[in-house]
Amino acid sequence: MLKIKNLHAKVEGLKILKGIDLEINPGEVHAIMGPNGSGKSTLSSVIAGKEEYEITRGEIIMEGEDLTQFDAEERAHKGIFLSFQYPVEIPGVSVTNFMRAVINANRKAKGMEDMPANEMLKLIREKSELLDIDRKFLSRSLNEGFSGGEKKRNEIFQMAMLEPKLAILDETDSGLDIDALRIVANGVNKLKRPDNATLVITHYQRLLDYIIPDVVHVMLDGRIVKTGGKELAHELEARGYDWIKEEVSAQ
Amino acid sequence: MELKEKLISSFLAFEEQVDMNSDVHEIRSRAIKDFETMGFPTKKQEAWKYTSLNKVLKHDYTVFPKKHDSLDYRDVEKYFIDDIDTYKIVFVDGIYSSHLSSTTHEKIDACLMSSAMNSSKYKPVIDNYFNKIAPKESLTSLNTAFSHEGAFINIPRNTMADKPIQVVNFSTGNESALLVQPRNLIVVGENSHVQIIERHQSLTDHPVLTNSVTEIFADKRAIVDYYKIQNDNINASLIDNTFVEQHHESYCSVHTFSFGGNLTRNNLNFYQKGERIDSTLKGVTVIEGKQHVDHNTLVHHAEPNCESHQDYKAVFAGSSTGVFNGKIVVEKEAQKTNAFQSNNNILLDDKASINSKPQLEIFADDVKCSHGCTIGQLDEDALFYLRSRGIPAKEARALLMYAFANNVLESVKIPELKKRINKIIAVKLGVSVGFNL
Repeated sequence: MLKIKNLHAKVEGLKILKGIDLEINPGEVHAIMGPNGSGKSTLSSVIAGKEEYEITRGEIIMEGEDLTQFDAEERAHKGIFLSFQYPVEIPGVSVTNFMRAVINANRKAKGMEDMPANEMLKLIREKSELLDIDRKFLSRSLNEGFSGGEKKRNEIFQMAMLEPKLAILDETDSGLDIDALRIVANGVNKLKRPDNATLVITHYQRLLDYIIPDVVHVMLDGRIVKTGGKELAHELEARGYDWIKEEVSAQ
Repeated sequence: MELKEKLISSFLAFEEQVDMNSDVHEIRSRAIKDFETMGFPTKKQEAWKYTSLNKVLKHDYTVFPKKHDSLDYRDVEKYFIDDIDTYKIVFVDGIYSSHLSSTTHEKIDACLMSSAMNSSKYKPVIDNYFNKIAPKESLTSLNTAFSHEGAFINIPRNTMADKPIQVVNFSTGNESALLVQPRNLIVVGENSHVQIIERHQSLTDHPVLTNSVTEIFADKRAIVDYYKIQNDNINASLIDNTFVEQHHESYCSVHTFSFGGNLTRNNLNFYQKGERIDSTLKGVTVIEGKQHVDHNTLVHHAEPNCESHQDYKAVFAGSSTGVFNGKIVVEKEAQKTNAFQSNNNILLDDKASINSKPQLEIFADDVKCSHGCTIGQLDEDALFYLRSRGIPAKEARALLMYAFANNVLESVKIPELKKRINKIIAVKLGVSVGFNL
């Protein structure tokens, strides 16, 4: 589904990604772990199309097309979804109205008519139940004054509404208590299908107790330095990252 | 001949044409003398530092409009909020249009200044309120000198106006350059309530200058909601001078929506005379090209336990320019005053600019006053967030600008008006908006 080849990217002259190779197949859950500053969040922003990052080399192929030629919105239309580490607050736009704008923008891109209002409400109701979201929450301004847990739940709610092919969860566990974590992870698991894929970016192994990865990658200094099964996550939790750093420098 | 001289020499002819024997004759005569002494404001004056009237005043305006052909309602329908029942007080080139209007004398008076000025029935109201808070100041004095026509709204005590009142001033372009000077008087009695929507609309490409004065009196516990729609065409300029006097526990709000016009100057002044008064001043400005909008506000807190809320938001595109000059005065007696002021601006282009200046003069020690001013571009992170959800860049920008202006619209109490303002903003932003806020 997604094939990243030798990806280099920089921001404000600073090289952040220094040759990423990554292949994700339909139905798979991948996790990228790594210490702060290793470039994990940059990778997710680059895949989603943030313009501040300049891709200096390499490509991001999704279903045969190089994504780097497309704007962020076009990538979304092709099925990329990024759950933000820090979702932006937008006072003055309710969650419901935002969702309506989002759904209809995606339909328009596919040459479809706006979704009828009753169908939209039904979909919103169905997906909000999946994430255990209170009805009152939907009429509040998007992310404004939301707790950390509410923001992340709202991200996954949007993901549920959009049903992307590839969902990237950037530090979705940060700022979540254990109950919120369970709800969010449960939502992600319910959305899993044989034809979609998930990329979980995380600092800690905790989230991976709930969203079980097929493949775990370790990222250090802009490169993926180690790849393994889900047991690699446990090893990192127990031993930290230093042993990997040593392994890398020994090579 | 310079415009100033022309106006002064027009004065006698004007008074002869209207009503020389009117009770306000003396007030007018004094006002023209005041204007003669003061002349038009210049950039040398602090309050006009960033707004120059030079270009606007170079036209050869006349104050004597020819009799117009009557307008067909269908041609001007779109300028009214017509999906709700309202009273209408309509002027064409400064002259009352009876067939476009729908006035009343039943429970409330929503009628004409010209008839109120000459009627014994309204003499007490004119004597007590006319020109009582409008100060001796060049443009206001000029209006006073030529004061003759406008809306006269008188709500007796304990009365709720049964529908909103629309005050609409059309100009037709019968003259190559026209100066209109509407003079409105709004008196709202104890425990009474009224909603007013005001609009100036030029139907021509000829230059039109409107120098309007509105005096509003809100008696004890009165509620007054005043909405100004400034979406005139690009050759029309507006100088709006509005003065509000509020008494005990009254609530008065003025919303100013500035989208159109060449040069717009809003002088909005609130004088509080009583306790537990709430004054609300809100504005949304969305302009482009070479448009200029200047908000010059004053809230004068004179007694304890009062509040004022000012919230002005603006989006400037092209090389449009804006001014916000917000003054709050808290007198020594006005303890426990809560006065808030916020002015937020978005500049979309490098050539757009805003001069924002809060002025606080506080003489009481137990008060809460805050002011905040921001000038920025659209938030890039927010833009990326929306685009990452599949909303195209142009719509994402529009959505953010909507969101930005939206909390000003929240306090609009007439849903149809709110919808209309939303629509105007959508047109202004050049997008078909697929979302309702």
